[in-house]
Amino acid sequence: MSHGKKSRAPRTRRRLPFWPLVVVLVLLLLVSVVVSLAFGSEPIPVGEVVTTVTDRFTGDEPGRWDVIVWELRLPRALLAVVVGAGLAVAGAGMQTLVRNPLADPYLLGISSGASVGATAVITTGVLGALGIYAISTGALLGAIASAVLVWLVATAQGGLTPLRLVLTGVVLSSGLSAIASFLVFLSDDPRAANSVMFWMLGSVGGATWIKLWIPALVVAIAALAMLAIHRWMDALAAGPETAAALGVNVAGLRITLFVGLAVLVGVLVAVSGGIGFVGLIVPHAARLVVGARHRVVLPVAALGGGLFLLWVDVLARLAVRPQEIPLGVVTGVVGAPLFLLLMGRGQYRFGGER
Amino acid sequence: MRRRQKAAPVAPVAGTGDTTGNGAGTGGVALRLRGVTARLGGREILRDVDLDVPNGRRVGVVGVNGAGKSTLLRVLAGVLHPSAGDLSIADAEGTLQDSHDVSSRERARRLAFVPQEEVVAAELLVGEMVALGRVPQTRPWARGGAGERATVLAALDAVGLGDRVDSPCDQLSGGERRRAVLARGLAQQCPVMVLDEPTNHLDVAWQLRLLELLAERPGTLVASIHDLDLALRFFDTLVVVGWPPGADRAREPAGVVAVGRPVDVLDRHHVHTHFGVGSVQVPHPHLDQPHLLIHPREDTSSS
Repeated sequence: MSHGKKSRAPRTRRRLPFWPLVVVLVLLLLVSVVVSLAFGSEPIPVGEVVTTVTDRFTGDEPGRWDVIVWELRLPRALLAVVVGAGLAVAGAGMQTLVRNPLADPYLLGISSGASVGATAVITTGVLGALGIYAISTGALLGAIASAVLVWLVATAQGGLTPLRLVLTGVVLSSGLSAIASFLVFLSDDPRAANSVMFWMLGSVGGATWIKLWIPALVVAIAALAMLAIHRWMDALAAGPETAAALGVNVAGLRITLFVGLAVLVGVLVAVSGGIGFVGLIVPHAARLVVGARHRVVLPVAALGGGLFLLWVDVLARLAVRPQEIPLGVVTGVVGAPLFLLLMGRGQYRFGGER
Repeated sequence: MRRRQKAAPVAPVAGTGDTTGNGAGTGGVALRLRGVTARLGGREILRDVDLDVPNGRRVGVVGVNGAGKSTLLRVLAGVLHPSAGDLSIADAEGTLQDSHDVSSRERARRLAFVPQEEVVAAELLVGEMVALGRVPQTRPWARGGAGERATVLAALDAVGLGDRVDSPCDQLSGGERRRAVLARGLAQQCPVMVLDEPTNHLDVAWQLRLLELLAERPGTLVASIHDLDLALRFFDTLVVVGWPPGADRAREPAGVVAVGRPVDVLDRHHVHTHFGVGSVQVPHPHLDQPHLLIHPREDTSSS
């Protein structure tokens, strides 16, 4: 297009081209998944990792690292990718739903609700019959209950408007967190507080192939569904009145987003606890590099979130070996400076504030 | 019944027996309101409004601050549902359909609405923001192609921002942003446009240029405007939103109090009643156009 007067050219803000970026991120992700398998309490040479993985595909005799690599580390790495991608997509969706740059996936009280459920399981031993799935189930029930509660309160007060959702979510989150703390306080088990805190800060340890497919499916469906309505999401981000003027059914879209995000985040919290920060900063980072349209933000955020959490998990199990740090600690420590750096790079604004 | 009682204050403005402003030979009605009452936050803003927007004409909406011009336009545009009464929108054949039978998407293909103030999403380029106007015409997963780019550029060229298509929205000035948002309305390519104060934030040259642009565009236009002189010269029909004389403006909802030809609606008497200022229409010394001169409220004894 020969449409620019030369004098205007410098006003164009620098962006990265979408498709090359996606290709690079996909390649990085594939390489990272394989390389990450080398790290852990038992370091494995990268060459051995590659042979072990390729042996699986070629059907050769499994080598000596097969169990560690294939049964322990690979599901864990993939769960980190799935959860990271899911949180980033959920964060982008939530920021659009409530039109607020501070929104994160846990805005609807979902993580606090989940923590009440998980804490109840840890401290009182309910759902004990479910064995290793008890905490996840408790968290999922708590998450669903809190989302329903936010829905009921917001609807009763006049509808799922952004401000109402934010306020209801924030208030109920505090209330539910208090309940979780109270449960810990009541408990006789001295280790309860510790395990509750560790759970709330998040982990993808203990991932298995069987535990992997539900979150993977939910994240894939949610991301593709949002991508399939990327133009409506753009319109909603421009404001409810504009979206309505552009023929978008605002009420219907909000309800769909709310329910979809609640299920997505509920599942993510159930499998990995409340990993903070990823869902807040990765969408912003994606907007910084490719612009705000959902068609490009969602894929870049998903890939970036997966990549980010994968390496966060590596760091979490390496930093103070043989102990593991909760992922939420690492995401905060690594993410905050990283994001401030990005934000300083190009006078980033969200929502038009000057 | 109430409508008939209400008919008295709706001044059948001198010279037009037709209060709907539906002049001869205009080819039907594009938008129709019947008995519309509109509320905002529980407060009744407009009561019992009847209005026909004739097809292919330019209808101006005037009234004092807080009378409910924006509310009227939002109801006409279908983005605010009236608490009572009906909105009808003409289809491509000109047949009026109740708005409840028209999907939001279909409505947005017939009618482009540009609100008064809009916070433009940051981190969108101007071209991307204008491309939102293609949302009603495209599938929600579609990627904008070359055709969309051409439409967007044409719309931006029309408002003088063709060279800013790849600039970030937040680098536009207030007037430029206003024109960019109007370009989005143009890109929607609808037969009907409903614009809430399109000349807001525009400098004097752009106010005229924009109104000329809108006048050249085929189709129906409804727009609110504060400048009564521009309103007098530019529109085919004017609608005054306000209160009948003697009404308690703080308590009572407003309504459409006059509809008619601009020279009739903006005569000295009406301007005084509805806007509380004195005025006189004079012929322009060089152009064959009437102009409206406004001066402070007249001494009531002299009128």
